[in-house]
Amino acid sequence: MALLQISEPGLSTAPHEHRLAAGIDLGTTNSLIASVVSGAASVLSDTQNRRLFPSVVRFLEDGGTETGHAALSSQHHDAPNTIASAKRLMGRTLNDLNGLATSLPYQLIDAPGMVKIRTIAGDKSPVEIAAEILTTLKNRAEASLGGPLTGVVITVPAYFDDAQRQATRDAARLAGLQVLRLLNEPTAAAIAYGLDQAIQGTYAIYDLGGGTFDISILRLSQGVFEVLSTHGDAALGGDDFDRRIADWISQQCPSANLSISDRQQLLHHAKNAKEYLSDTDIAPIAFELSDGTNIRLQLDRATFWRISNELLNRTLKSTRQALRDAKLTNQDIDGVVLVGGATRMPHIREAVATFFGRPPLTNLDPDAVVALGAAIQANVLAGNRGDHDWLLLDVNPLSLGIETMGGLVEKIIPRNSSLPIAMAQEFTTFRDGQTAMSIHILQGERELVSDCRSLARFTLHGIPAMNAGAARIRVTLQIDTDGLLSVSARELTSGIESAITVKPSYGLDDAQIARMLTEAQNKAGDDMRMRMLRETQVDARRLLDATEAALAQDGKTLLNPAELNAIRQCMHHLVDVIETEGVNQIEALRQASETLNQATQEFAARRMNHAIQHALTGKSLEHLAL
Amino acid sequence: MSITVTPAAAQRIRHFLTQRGKGVGLRLAVKTSGCSGLAYALEFADETTQDDLQFESEGVVILTDQKSHEFLSGTELDFVREGLNEGFRFNNPNVKDQCGCGESFRV
Repeated sequence: MALLQISEPGLSTAPHEHRLAAGIDLGTTNSLIASVVSGAASVLSDTQNRRLFPSVVRFLEDGGTETGHAALSSQHHDAPNTIASAKRLMGRTLNDLNGLATSLPYQLIDAPGMVKIRTIAGDKSPVEIAAEILTTLKNRAEASLGGPLTGVVITVPAYFDDAQRQATRDAARLAGLQVLRLLNEPTAAAIAYGLDQAIQGTYAIYDLGGGTFDISILRLSQGVFEVLSTHGDAALGGDDFDRRIADWISQQCPSANLSISDRQQLLHHAKNAKEYLSDTDIAPIAFELSDGTNIRLQLDRATFWRISNELLNRTLKSTRQALRDAKLTNQDIDGVVLVGGATRMPHIREAVATFFGRPPLTNLDPDAVVALGAAIQANVLAGNRGDHDWLLLDVNPLSLGIETMGGLVEKIIPRNSSLPIAMAQEFTTFRDGQTAMSIHILQGERELVSDCRSLARFTLHGIPAMNAGAARIRVTLQIDTDGLLSVSARELTSGIESAITVKPSYGLDDAQIARMLTEAQNKAGDDMRMRMLRETQVDARRLLDATEAALAQDGKTLLNPAELNAIRQCMHHLVDVIETEGVNQIEALRQASETLNQATQEFAARRMNHAIQHALTGKSLEHLAL
Repeated sequence: MSITVTPAAAQRIRHFLTQRGKGVGLRLAVKTSGCSGLAYALEFADETTQDDLQFESEGVVILTDQKSHEFLSGTELDFVREGLNEGFRFNNPNVKDQCGCGESFRV
């Protein structure tokens, strides 16, 4: 007899029609899976009642794998084949990783699109490793819930770019999971606390995990969470607090000669002491080193606060920066959520409370908050909830636009737009008789093509030959709920059309996104000057083209050689100025263009007269009166 | 005959009702569906209707409709753990046969 769960009124499912859904927090250090059971979200444990699942995969020589706790325990004797922290490698190339590659105990090799890891069982991509973790979690959930999962919501850091999100989706597909949605981790934490039930508000999510720190500022309005800003430190977490205690212990007994296993033991006892201090004022530390030295120490809270204060201040510095990026002050924050096991430390809670002037939300298990929020969202998306149909929307992390003349980017979809979205803009041809247009799609906040990331390019052929500016080409950018971008271009007078679907190429990391965002702000002035220069250059070229065309047509008949020469000289001068690069050339360009304009004024007047005479010749007055 | 719940089931039901924050009790029903003809439905109840039969057991209010009661009379609702899977089980004396999956039954 199958076991039943309580459903919401009117929503009990027919046999074999259960819509089992789960939320997965795919973490750097640990992962969790949660599901809504009988109306409440809860984390699903394994057979030994453990809820945290270490995000570690070990590859064996025979092609088999070990995951989670089993793999973690093999880490010290089989480091090259035991892959931890694979999340840091998702969707990255070796180039993106620069410093990280050398600090990892396993060997990375470059591969197109994404790095691979050389193991005894062959070269493995981070996607395959994430898929192994997801498969184990999926099996755990299906055993717990008693049936196959309809779909899952997987959380990703708010700063994950398209490539990293796509890599996460690919891992889920490899694990045989249907992704209902990728959800930003801070958004999931906010949902777990029911903050999405409010009408609007601004929230800070302080997430101190094992090895990473993230602070996100979210704004809720009309059921959509928008990430206003994120900041953090990819190399700061609870483990650093352990290390501070371990250093303190070794300082207390300077005579001790520490072996590698002693260091590990030291870290282990430091971690225990840290966790002990979350509940009591003094932690006893007692163990024996390999050389027989007995360690007997007591660590009190005040000492721990003192030796770890610098770490805490680093998190607050990031928090200040995140507020500044969001153009807010701590007064604007309506609620603070603590995420990550390390936020159990009382001095962190106190510091965060003091910083924001309000106590943070802490009544949910900080390790589980993200997974619980994902489970609630998964339950809604799977259709298990009837009373209200809120659907949280994702947003695109960076603006999307296309290249226009002069190497400029025209933004079409601004960053932080909620998905799905479709936006269109009209463009026109630059030259007379232009029959094709190259559409170059870019991602980023900067004004120049060279400062943004190229996503794709395609060409719209078959535009009927028309004067420059007469063709009307409508370019539509569309991002669906899965984050896939499709671009279409249509010439409106002829109806010819061309389209492309952009699968994001791997390779833009969070640091790059963050850099692109800050650069865009810091260099806003430069960018605007550069934009003006390019626009002036484009105008000058258009003037040159027009003059050239006019000279070719009427130059011989309407101008004497001296006049022709004068115009030619002005044109040569303008070409010279255009070719001299530099932002300070704008004024020179304008002057040279103006000089050419004046030099051609007489010519233009003659052409006009000529054209009118030509038009009037042989026409009667009656005709003209019409 | 009445419908009862075991102490274990009552504790879980109270827990879920508290977490949910609303609801007067639990509604049990039998639907005609599934591979063996009938299937259980287990839902939170937000209101009682005139046609409801109401039972109380272990401090938990249980509601069911007349027709379902024909098939549920004497049933005891239990909460059990089987391996990783936890959930409610119907100990229904009326059941003569059930399908292999156990989600559907016949009287």
